[in-house]
This record gives sequence, C-alpha cells and structure tokens, in this order.
Amino acid sequence: MNWADLNLLPASTELFMLTAILLILLVDMCLSDAKRGITYGLTLLTLAICAVVQVSTYTPYPVYAFSNMFVADPMGGMVKLAMYATTFAVLVYSRQYMTERGIFSGEYLALSLFALLGMNIMVSATHFLSLYIGLELLSLSLYALIALQRDSVQATEAAMKYFVLGALASGLLLYGISMVYGATGTLFLADVAKAIAGGSANHVLLVFGLVFIVSGLAFKLGAVPFHMWVPDVYQGSSTALAMMIGAAPKLAAFVFVLRILVQGLGALVADWQGMLVILAVLSMAIGNITAIAQTNIKRMLAYSTISHMGFLLLGLIAGTPEGYSAAMFYTIVYVLMSLVGFGILLAVSRAGFECEKLEDLRGLNQRNSWYAFLMLLAMFSMAGIPPLVGFYAKLAVIKSVVDIGLVWLAVVSVVMSLIGAFYYLRVVKYMYFDDKQDNSPIVVRADMKLVLSVNAVALLVLGMLPERLLMLCVEAMKQSLNAL
Amino acid sequence: MNFETVVFYVLSAILVLAGLRVITAKNPVHAALFLVLAFFTSAGLWLLMQAEFLAITLVLVYVGAVMVLFLFVVMMLDVNFEQLREGFWRNLPMAGTVALIMVGEMALILMSPEAKLGSYHAAAPLAADASNVKELGRQLYTTYLLPFELASVVLLVGMVAAIALTMRKRKDNKTVNPGLQVKVRRNDRVRIVKMDAEKPAKPETGDAAEQQA
Amino acid sequence: MELLQNLLGLDAGLTVWTVLKIVAIVAPMMIAVAYLTLAERKVIGWIQLRIGPNRVGPAGLLQPLADGVKLLMKEIILPSASNKSLFLIGPVLSIMPALVAWAVVPFTDHLVLANVDASLLFVMAITSMGVYGVIVAGWASNSKYAFIGAMRSAAQIVSYEIAMGCALVGVLMVSSSLNLVAIVQQQAHGIAGGSLFSWNWLPLFPMFIVYLISGVAETNRAPFDVAEGESEIVAGFHVEYSGMAFAVFFLAEYANMILIAAMTSIMFLGGWLSPFPASWGFLGASGFGWLAAKMAFVLYCFLWFRATFPRYRYDQIMRLGWKVFIPVTLVWLIVLGAWMMSPLTLWH
Repeated sequence: MNWADLNLLPASTELFMLTAILLILLVDMCLSDAKRGITYGLTLLTLAICAVVQVSTYTPYPVYAFSNMFVADPMGGMVKLAMYATTFAVLVYSRQYMTERGIFSGEYLALSLFALLGMNIMVSATHFLSLYIGLELLSLSLYALIALQRDSVQATEAAMKYFVLGALASGLLLYGISMVYGATGTLFLADVAKAIAGGSANHVLLVFGLVFIVSGLAFKLGAVPFHMWVPDVYQGSSTALAMMIGAAPKLAAFVFVLRILVQGLGALVADWQGMLVILAVLSMAIGNITAIAQTNIKRMLAYSTISHMGFLLLGLIAGTPEGYSAAMFYTIVYVLMSLVGFGILLAVSRAGFECEKLEDLRGLNQRNSWYAFLMLLAMFSMAGIPPLVGFYAKLAVIKSVVDIGLVWLAVVSVVMSLIGAFYYLRVVKYMYFDDKQDNSPIVVRADMKLVLSVNAVALLVLGMLPERLLMLCVEAMKQSLNAL
Repeated sequence: MNFETVVFYVLSAILVLAGLRVITAKNPVHAALFLVLAFFTSAGLWLLMQAEFLAITLVLVYVGAVMVLFLFVVMMLDVNFEQLREGFWRNLPMAGTVALIMVGEMALILMSPEAKLGSYHAAAPLAADASNVKELGRQLYTTYLLPFELASVVLLVGMVAAIALTMRKRKDNKTVNPGLQVKVRRNDRVRIVKMDAEKPAKPETGDAAEQQA
Repeated sequence: MELLQNLLGLDAGLTVWTVLKIVAIVAPMMIAVAYLTLAERKVIGWIQLRIGPNRVGPAGLLQPLADGVKLLMKEIILPSASNKSLFLIGPVLSIMPALVAWAVVPFTDHLVLANVDASLLFVMAITSMGVYGVIVAGWASNSKYAFIGAMRSAAQIVSYEIAMGCALVGVLMVSSSLNLVAIVQQQAHGIAGGSLFSWNWLPLFPMFIVYLISGVAETNRAPFDVAEGESEIVAGFHVEYSGMAFAVFFLAEYANMILIAAMTSIMFLGGWLSPFPASWGFLGASGFGWLAAKMAFVLYCFLWFRATFPRYRYDQIMRLGWKVFIPVTLVWLIVLGAWMMSPLTLWH
C-alpha cells in the first residue's frame, strides 16, 4: 500500500465536500441566527464548486480509488451532477419556508450536505461495505433532518417511523448481503459477479440472500408492498423535507439498486427480474389507485412517488443497457417534476399556513397565474401528457419492456398511467376552474422564483428536445457498464 | 470433545438464556442487565475464535459505555411497562406463528443438502505471534480506508444530530462562567474598612451637636 | 510448575499453578488495600496536624485488622423494599473488575500472570465495568439518595473514561503496542537514554496530567467524590449498605486506586525502570521495587489531593471532563502525531 494505490483524485469531489462541511460547521458555530445567510451562501458555494470539480475530473471510463472501493464513472458523474443541482434547488426553495418556521439552522444545511455526501458514496461505491455505509450516512442525516422540527408532534412521529422502518430495511439488506458474502466469499461487487459467473458460488444461498436484498432495496425505494412508510413520512415531515426525501435520494437509490443488482448480481437476472415485475405492477397499481382517494396533497404526491418507482423498475426489469438508461432518464425527469410540484407548495405556504390540502390550491390561477402555470407543467408532465418530458420518460421505460417481449406489462403500465392522469388533472381543475378562497398574496424570494421557473420550464424544453439528455444517459450507461 | 468445545457450549447456553431473558424479563432493568451478560458472553465466544481485539472492544464499547447510558435511561424514564406488555398474550399466537414459519423456512433452505454448508471450514489457526491488533489496523488503514473514514463521518452526523435535536438555549439559566469566577480579585468583592478596635465612649450632648454640624 | 504437573498431570497441574499465581497477586493486594486505608488516615492526619489512629497495636499498625473484624461482625441490613438479588450483586460487581484487571498487569519484564497482546485494552475494558456495581447498588437500594449518587457517579465515570482513553491513545502512539510490558520497555529507550527524562510523562506531559486527574475522578475520590457527597446526599450509592457489604465497596474503591496508581506508573512513569543510570549499582537496576515506589508516590498524591482540595461542584466536574480534558488530549494527539512524523521525533 502506498499513496499511488490510494489514488485520491477520482474522489476529489467527495474529499472537498467533506472538508467544506467541516468548515461550514465551524463557521456556523460562530454566527448568530440573523447571519445564517452566510452559512447558506457557503453551502450553495460548496455545491457549485463540487459541480465544477466533478466536471473537471470527468473521465469517459471508470477510474478506481481507495483500493478499488470507490469508482468514478460517467454514470456516477452524471447522477452526481444531477444531485448537486437538485440539492441546490431544494435549499433555495426551502430557505423562506424554513426561516418562517424557525428551523433554518446551520445544522439543517450541514445535515443536507452530509446526506449529499452519503448519496455520493452510494453512487460511487464498488464494495458492499461502502455501499451500506453511504446508505446509512444518507438515512441518518434524513432522520435527523425530519426531526429537526422538534416542536411538531407530526414531524417527530414521521422521523420515528422513518427511522424504525429504515432500520428494519437496513437489517434486511445486511442479512441478504451476509448471505451473498457467505456464498461468494467477497464483498467487492466485481468479485461477487465473477464468483457467480464462474459457477463456484452456492446458488441456493445466493437466491436466499437475493430475496432479502431485493426486499431491503424495495423498502428504500418505497415500492409496494414495502411502501407503507412513504405516505406517512411525506405527510408528517415538513413540506421542505418531503421535497428533499423525494428528490436527490431517489437518484442515489437508483444507482444503488443498479450497482447491486446489475453490477454485483447481474448473473442472477433471471431470479430478480420476476421479483421486480411483482414490485413494479403492485407499485403502479396501488400507488395510482390510492392516490385518487387522497385529499392531502403531500400524501397524494407520496402515492404518486410510489407509482413512479414502479415505472422506474420497468427499466430495470428489461435487464438491457437500453432499459437501464431509460430508467436513469426516468429518475432524473421524475426528480425534476417532483421538485416543481413541491416547490409550488412551498411558495403557496407562508408563516402559520401550510399548503397541504388539495383545496388550498383552489383558484391559484387567479391569485398568481405564473405559479399556476408552473404547477400545470409539473402535473401534466407527471401524468405523461405529450409535449412534456414526463411523456418521453414513460415512453422510454415502456419501450424497454416491450423490447424484451413483456407486452402485458407494458399494457398494464399504460392503463395505470391513464388512471394516474385523473388525479394529476384534478389538481389542474382546482387551480384553473375553481374560485379562489384565500386572498393573501404569494410572496416568494427572487432567487427561488428564478430557480423554480427555470426548473419548470426545463420540463417543457426537455419535452421538446429529449434526445440530448437521453443520449447522454445512454452514453454514460454504456461506458460505465461495458467496463465491467 | 475437547476443552474449547465445552467452553463454547457453556458460553452459548448462557448467551441464549440471557438473550431469552432480555425479552422475557418483567423488569426493564433486569432485561438491560441480561443484555450486558449477553454481550459479555458473546465477547467470550469471540475470544474463542482468537479475535481478542474485537472481543475486548465489544466489552469496552457496549458493556462499558453504551449499556451504562442505556441503564441510565431505563432507570430514569417513568415508562409504564405493564401497559407496553398489554398486548403480549393477544399478539403472541400470530407473532409466534410468523416467527416459527421464518425459522422453518431458513432451516429448510440452510439445512438442505443443496446449500452445501458443510463445505465451509473453520479458519486456519493463527500463528502464536500473530498480532490481531496490528493486522486489523493495517487492514483498516489500507484496504478499508474508505469505509473506515466514512464510519467516522456517520458518527459525526450522529453527534451533530444529537446536539441539534436536544440543545435548547434556556432563558432561565443561571450558570456562571467558572473562568470569571476564578478571575475574581479580592478587591472586587470585599472592601476593607479601617475601624478602631473599640468605639470611643459615648460623647456628651454638646459634642454630638458639633459633630452633626 | 513442573513439579505440580508431575504430581497432578498436565492440565490439572497448570490449573493449580495458575490458581496459586492468582492467590499470590490477590492476597498481597488485599493487605495493601488494608494498609492503604491506614496510610490515608495517617497521612491526612499529619497534613492536618493530627496524629491519626495510634491506639491499636504499635503506632496503630493493627488498626485495619480491627476495622475488618468490626465490619465482619456487623449485621448486613437488607432494606425491605430493595431488589434483593441485585442489592447483593452490587458489591460483587464493584470489586470483581478491580481484581480481574490485575491479571494482565506486569510487575517486571517477566513477572506477569497473563502477558496478553492487548493487555492495555483489557484493563480499560474491565475497569469500565466497575461502574455497574455503583449503578446496580444505587438502583437496587430503592432509596433516593442512593439513586442520585449512582446516577452522578455513572455519568462521571463514563465522561472521564473518554478523557482517559484519549490520553492513553498518546501512549499507544509512541509505544506502538497495546502490550503493557512493551510500553514499559519502550520507555527505556529514547533521547535521554532510558533515564527519568525519557519516560512518557515528559513528552506526553498534558496526557499525564489528564490521566492522573481522570484517575482520581474515575475512582470517585476527593475532590471528585460527589457520588458520596456527605453534605448533600449522605453517602451516595452505598448509603443503605452496612457490614461486610459496605466493606466490599470500600475494598473496591481502594483496589481501584492501587490499580490506577499501577497503570499511571507503567504508562507514564517508566514502570519498573530505575530513574538512575545502570552504572549506579543496585540503585540503577530496574525491578519491582521501583514500580512499588512509583505506585506509592501516585497513591500519596491521591491522599494529598483529598486533604488539600475542597469538593468540586457537579457541573464543574462535567465541564472539566468534557470541555477541558477531552479538547486538551485531542489537540495533543494532533501535536504528537506531527511531532512523531517530523525530523525532531524522539521515537524511532
């Protein structure tokens, strides 16, 4: 072992991020509440520098660091850039909301960055141990972030539920990993894949472990039947936190699943394909149908998340590089849509008022037609209505399952997305065809207005020109998976 | 059956019994103490496997620190444990069935001849002068550097979260800074007044009038 | 040992031999504990211009025996609302770690019961269990004062264990071993050629001070004896104990003091090494005598502290542990690491 083996360059973003977090924590200690803006500025600056470093250390092929425990590949790099942008948007959207509720603290910002660091590790890990620790770093930060609003009974309850179920899911995952370790004798994903391909591994043990791993992953993704925590946590935690949970962590979870199932256990594709089909069908069905019955918009968005996870799984089920890149495209698009949806809820909320019920959006067009339009874009996109990017995302994943001959699955998902369109359009009806009941003006900081507008318009622009992003996904996926 | 096997079975029996008592003991303090016993015996099992560093660390961290704080909380909290145990008998049949099915399934899979568990052998015995600690340290700081450092970040997150969740600035707090207390000089607190050792005899009325003037 | 093995067979002979060695360590320990109590009363007496116990035997030398007999004769009272089994286990839990830790403490290069690899960790792990005796006793007594005392002492011991552990990390760094024998042997080398000035106390001076003071706090001794602060909570966790049960707590406290003294001597004061150059004949030779002398010095410091300082307030104790000692040791660890890597290093 010497410094050359360590090869820290590919991990320079993560190293920078960790240093920056420690500095931010130290600086924040010396600031009064009134000067919290400095911490905020430093946090956003950190994200910007991370993105710059990420781009400048980009390599078109995978590079390993930390004795092969860490990989920087195009897929990871792209997802990481998306995560920086997402976290940036989340922090910008939530600033006013958190300040009004008195929880815009240095810890909020620092823990958000810690969560981001955990996600970066999840995306870049090549070893079950670092994968798991990255996951725990993310989860612990999220539990604490939700509980930060400690005067709210609901938030505390949500944090508790999330924690207990998250711990259970981690337990399942670890149990499964221990089985895989027992069967293959290694924790490196690449070596696990080699051992399975070589036929030296014990197949019964492997499949036994696989069941636990898939259950744990489904828990983390929030796929039915392991979804019960999602609506409760979304509803209980503050809107800003619900947005944070539903955004960047989904990107990280996608790569996490991809690394474990495809890069590690790719040879067992026949075994996990069936399990994922069940998860996907149930998620799309239960997510979309239950969402119709919701009156709380956060709960509705939670069920919508569940159904989107079902669609995402479609891309993985295909088991082809095209399918994986379609799933990656879907995840990025989903995150963009959900950011806009929650961003509008945050904009409509104000001190002492939470925008939580569907009725709270009544007559939004009369109050502020621009925000109503942005929300319309998000809802149409989620429903998969053509000129918007959500349509292409759905098209791509459905196409990938048709390609492997699962036409019935494609039909089911189309039917489900039709059912889903009902509740998305209901939101639009409330905004445009009902009269307003709340006359208070919608006051939003200029930076949030700018980022939110760019974010929502991107849905439209990407919808017109989806090829560029889709090509990027395909290229990144090809480069990253070929190297194995 | 050699001596080590006997020790193994004795320790395992104690471990299983202690584990059972952890969940069946009526008194939570007893349950916590049985958990301590369970940790201690599992440390003994690790010693049998020549993992002395892990064994001692288990005692040091779990028995010496974690469980002490745990006992602290259990003793201080006023939890009505009768109420917590209320549904025990009602839910037992259901929970027991699920547990039995899970145990059965695992046994079926793991004990089936196809699982070939017999092909896993015990690790080769270590050389007498092999240092567990040195080897662990070498592994942690080379191959496993990334997870090791990340684990420390996880602990830092725990610390930040614990402080963020519990620290309240109280307005009625009357603590004084010990540094300031130590810095106090005699002159800040005490004024020495020069006085005669005894008062002069009571003056006559005329003198008193003069003095007032 | 060979004689015993010939007599009793291979395994049984080894077992009996080990038991004999254990007795050879524990019996003198008990006598040392007894006479430490006498020494305490005498030393504090002299410091306060009193005579101290002088009635039983010549110059009061039989006083500990008389105390022991008195305690043996007294009745052990079980409080009616106490948790009987835990009440009786409490004193046992408290003395057991204080004695078990001696299994790995070396007295010279070769005189050690079990020369295990990670003996330092073993001592730390075992001593960290001593707190259970206090907690269990305080809780099982079912008395408010006992409970408050137990809580105070538990929090105090856990807090100071961290500072102590951090201080020991410095020792580990310079000796690059967890073995107590190796730690002493390392102190024989160095720039000052194995004399007084090459021992760890000088280069690791902040650690030494932190360790010494934390040792006082760990054993619940004055000025950190809030666990049994007579003026506010009577006698703390052992207020309900009488007779031999109380005596066992008493023994445990003094056994712990001797253990801490031994650890301080081994870790920072060069163990059994002589402070003089080897050419000075028997003064320069290292041996158990030097270890005993160093332990006696540290124990004297314990008594001296008790006679000198007023009791700390509880919040001040916590502040000292968390906000002073831990930062000091952490900073010194970084300094030490840089020092060891620099060309000025004393350790090769």
